[in-house]
Amino acid sequence: MLDERDYRFASTGTRWLVTAGAFVFTGALAWAILSLPSEGPGLQGEVESRLAESGVDSRVTAVLLNFRAYDTFLEVVVLLVAIMGLRAIRLGSEESLVKETEFSPLLLEFVRFLVPIMIILSGYLLWAGSKYPGGAFQAGAVLGAAGVLLLLSERFRVGSIGPLMERGLLALGVVVFGLAGLLCIAWGGVFLEYPEGSAKAFIIAIESAAAISIAATFVVLFAGRSLSDPNDAVLHDESGRHR
Amino acid sequence: MNTALFYALIGAGLIGMGLQSLVLTPNIMRKIIALNIMGNGVFLILVSTSKRLLGMAHPEPDPVPQAMVLTGVVVAVSATALALALLRRYYEATGNLVLPEDSPEWGIEEMPPAMASYLENVDDDDEH
Repeated sequence: MLDERDYRFASTGTRWLVTAGAFVFTGALAWAILSLPSEGPGLQGEVESRLAESGVDSRVTAVLLNFRAYDTFLEVVVLLVAIMGLRAIRLGSEESLVKETEFSPLLLEFVRFLVPIMIILSGYLLWAGSKYPGGAFQAGAVLGAAGVLLLLSERFRVGSIGPLMERGLLALGVVVFGLAGLLCIAWGGVFLEYPEGSAKAFIIAIESAAAISIAATFVVLFAGRSLSDPNDAVLHDESGRHR
Repeated sequence: MNTALFYALIGAGLIGMGLQSLVLTPNIMRKIIALNIMGNGVFLILVSTSKRLLGMAHPEPDPVPQAMVLTGVVVAVSATALALALLRRYYEATGNLVLPEDSPEWGIEEMPPAMASYLENVDDDDEH
C-alpha cells in the first residue's frame, strides 16, 4: 500500500491558488445567499391550496408522492440502478468481503434489544408520514440501519436469503410504484395521477413498498456485495486472470 | 441575521471546503468524502432558504425544496456507495488509492506489484 508521502501533491503555489479560489467561490455563494430577496414567490401557497386533494396532510409527503411523484419514482429507480452498478463492479472481484470476527456478548444482546424497536419505529415513521414529518425514506433508513446492525453482528448471514427473495425485495419499490402509475392510466388518468378519492390508498401502498426496497438497498450497498450468494466474489477462470 | 440565513452561510462554507479538498487531495477516498461534504452544503442551503418566508403570509416553509433534499440525500448515499465500490475494485486491481496522474513517476519495477501486473494485462488486451 502506498504511503501518503508517495503521492504527488500539488506545489505550494498551486495549493495557495486553489485555496484562494475556494474562498472566492464561497464568498460569491455567500453574497448570492445574502442578496436573495427576503420575500419570494415560494410554492407553499400552491401546495397549501391543493393539499386537500393530495390525500395526505403532510406537505412534504404530498409533494413527494403526489405533486412530484414522477421524481420520486425515478429516484427509486436510481436506487435500483445503483445496485445493478454495484453488481457489475463486483464481477471478477476476488475480494470476498466476508470476515470472521468475534463479538462481545454485550453487543449481540444490545442488537437483539434494539432491532425490534427499530422495526416498530420504522413502521411508525411510515404511518406518521401522511400527517407529520416522516414517510418512506425515513422509514426505509431506520429499517435499513436495523439490517446493517444485523449484518454487522452476523445475526444475519450472507446466504440466508435466496437470490429471488433478495432481488424481489430490491425491486419491490419500483414494481409497486410503476404498477400504481399504470393503474392510474387504466383508471383513465395519466401516469401517477391518482384517481380522485383514492390518493391516500395509493400513497400508502407505494410508500410501504418503497420503504422496504430502500431498506434492502441500503443493506446491500453497505455490504457491497450480494446477500444471497456466498460465492459472489469468486469469479475467475483457470489461468487466474479476471474474466 | 436569522437562523435560516446562518445555516445557509454554513452551507456555502461547506461547499468551499469540499471544493478545495476535492481539487487538492490526490487520495480518491478523500475526494469522495469531499464531494459528499459539498453535497451536504448544497442540501443545507436548499433547506434553509426554504424557510426564508417564515413569518410572512405563509406560516409554513416551502415544502418543495425539502422534498427535493430528501430525494437528494437518498440519491447521494447510493451514489457514494457506488463510488466506494468502484474505488475498492480499483484498489484491488491496482493496489493504489490514487489515479495514475497523481502517482509519482514509477518505473515498472518500482510499482506496487498488483498495479504492474494490472498494467501488463491491460497491454495484453490491447494487442488482441
